[in-house]
Amino acid sequence: MTFARNLAIAVALGVAAYLLSISLSPFDNLRLASMAYYFVALAGLTVLTGLSGQISLGHGALMAVGAYTSAILISRDGWALVPALVAATVVTALVGVLVGVVSARLRGPYLAGATLAFAVGLPGLADKYPHAFGGENGLTVNPPIAPTSLGANFPLERWEAWIACGCALVTFVVLAGLARGRVGRSLRALRDDDVAAQLAGVDVGRLRVLAFVVSAGCAGLAGAAFVAVTQIAAPGAFQLALSLSLLTGIVLGGLGSLWGALWGAAALVLLPSWSDDIAHSLSLSGDVQANLPLAIYGVVLIGVIMAAPTGLQGLVRRLSHVVRGRLFKPEEESA
Amino acid sequence: MTRSIGRTALVASAAAGLVAFAGCGGGGGSSASAPGVTKTSVTIGSHQPLTGPAAPGYSEIAPASKAFFAYLNSQGGINGRKINYIYKDDGYNPTNTVNVVRQLVLQNKVFAIFNGLGTPTHTKVVPFLTAEKVPDLFVASGCPCWDDGGKQPETFGWQPSYQIEGKLLGNYIKQKFPGKKVGVFYQDDDFGQGGLAGLKEEISSQIVSAQSYQPGGTNVAPQITAIQKAGADILVDFTIPAYTAIGQLTAFKVGYKPQLVVSNVGIDPTTVGGLLKEFSKGKADTALIEGALTDSYLPPTTDLSNPWIALFKKIHDQYDAKAPFDGNVEYGMAAAYTFAQALKAAGSNPTRASLVAAVEKGGFTGPGVVPFRFSGSQHGGYAGVQIAQVKSGAITPIGPAQVTDPGNGPIKPYTTKQPDPASGGIVKP
Repeated sequence: MTFARNLAIAVALGVAAYLLSISLSPFDNLRLASMAYYFVALAGLTVLTGLSGQISLGHGALMAVGAYTSAILISRDGWALVPALVAATVVTALVGVLVGVVSARLRGPYLAGATLAFAVGLPGLADKYPHAFGGENGLTVNPPIAPTSLGANFPLERWEAWIACGCALVTFVVLAGLARGRVGRSLRALRDDDVAAQLAGVDVGRLRVLAFVVSAGCAGLAGAAFVAVTQIAAPGAFQLALSLSLLTGIVLGGLGSLWGALWGAAALVLLPSWSDDIAHSLSLSGDVQANLPLAIYGVVLIGVIMAAPTGLQGLVRRLSHVVRGRLFKPEEESA
Repeated sequence: MTRSIGRTALVASAAAGLVAFAGCGGGGGSSASAPGVTKTSVTIGSHQPLTGPAAPGYSEIAPASKAFFAYLNSQGGINGRKINYIYKDDGYNPTNTVNVVRQLVLQNKVFAIFNGLGTPTHTKVVPFLTAEKVPDLFVASGCPCWDDGGKQPETFGWQPSYQIEGKLLGNYIKQKFPGKKVGVFYQDDDFGQGGLAGLKEEISSQIVSAQSYQPGGTNVAPQITAIQKAGADILVDFTIPAYTAIGQLTAFKVGYKPQLVVSNVGIDPTTVGGLLKEFSKGKADTALIEGALTDSYLPPTTDLSNPWIALFKKIHDQYDAKAPFDGNVEYGMAAAYTFAQALKAAGSNPTRASLVAAVEKGGFTGPGVVPFRFSGSQHGGYAGVQIAQVKSGAITPIGPAQVTDPGNGPIKPYTTKQPDPASGGIVKP
């Protein structure tokens, strides 16, 4: 029942994504693709932080694991795209087991610190082993080739958007099922009071590791989708700033909600480019112009957090309550 | 019941959001000969390190090119079209470069990419530009990898390849310092590796230590001390300006004073002097690079009697006066001049194909002291350099202009006289 509904929503979203992709310009298809891979990472992170109450500052590094796995498999070993996406998810989930076992013993700032170290340290491996990982230069893969049945002139950007949106839909169905099922309930119990959860028979340690593994797998898939879209895996893409912006994304979108992850992904892609456009539409000196987008981005973030402390999804929910109240239940409001 | 209504409302609002997003995209097309070309303008784009580790010095290049185009536009542009130059910051981060260049091509619909800066950055967009058949003119990097007309028909270098530079520097070292031990400090990518390969063409037996760095780190003491321990009398840097400065400060701290030799891209005295001051909090300056050997392919910026320098100085003072008049500014203007020549040669209704064909036809002369290696198969940029030295904080040529190839071809002197700016019909001085 739940699964069927999630699937129905996913199909509806898939149709929306399809309609979008055929009507958008190539560059906006690229943005759609970016939103989709951000959604995958944010959805995974929101399960971890929003449902189980654990925090991770290391998700950017987990994305790097997925990205490098798929880049190496595709460019060196000639794997096809889909197996590489699956392998990147699995490999990153395995790394997630390691991090998760550690994280199950840590809480709050200690957990944040441990995952932070992971985020800072891991990209350095690329510089340490330049022959395997290409150093600062990174690894490049060839653009994904659309099936010939789609026509010879099928735009690359649309195909990239489809790949990333496909990943996002799979993630949505899996995570929505997980969040609404037994695991989700146990995770929420764990988040609200781990002692009570333990007394109720929840295996706290195992569940924490499981949450981390699921979350890491999503980050890995997001990293692999990122490579499919940008054709590059380089340490510059997976700096600490990425981990922090992922965290920003889930808070901005609304913690613990997959819809929140969708809003968060849209915000992460659109806000910087809008603020960039604003900065460039004003004729300013070079130094100011180069730094203004960041300032605008910061101001908007502060504004959104102040106006909608529960994130954009909280705002949507509040609005929909108001609208629903007006439309369907006027008597309740007067009461 | 209410719950499912809530769901529906959410899905509806999600769809509404997506559709709203769809509405904000797009971009106007034009019905002229090629993307980015109208009756009155040509729009070109570039990725530049306006921030990040390569920004010191190099961030002056694109504004200088823009200043040159502004001057050109004030004289009527090329074939009645003004050149509109959009450059975006990539922070010398390859992932940003990919995003920025796709945005320029797909959203800004530029006619060509011009002077995209950096080896680790630009290599990531060549496959995309090749696939989209976007002319990729005059990459701001001496990577030998641009010179591959077979696989990358749209991409052309501009400055001498690092391999040619390494070869000519190596040849000079072989003649002036025979038998001396040489240490090499290089950036670990196609830039440094290309330079090292060129050096090895000439002096592989003299090199006692070759140490690399990754741009981004700040501690190069292990590399510099390793070169010192190997007993190198000569230190050759294939470094960007920030690492020339860090390397020299480190060498100074450990008491290592070799004869310094630096690639052209890493020695602009204004830039390196400024960085030395900044990194040492005012204690060091250009004294640490005084006497360093290098090479050049443009006239020295201090020679105001040279008509090219006089022209560039005039444009600089009028359009770009806030920047120092240094090698980076000269570089930006000289590259812009070559682009204007190529655009003019592409005809009165330029297409992407006619622009590429015009560059392959070649024959451009201008501010450079050596000719270009442009033909159907060669896409390499300037074919040589002249040896120069930092004297009183300025680059001063000390040797004849020489040309060669990136392989084991002979080194020949080049004696053709530099033309006057007015003779090309591009600008009226």
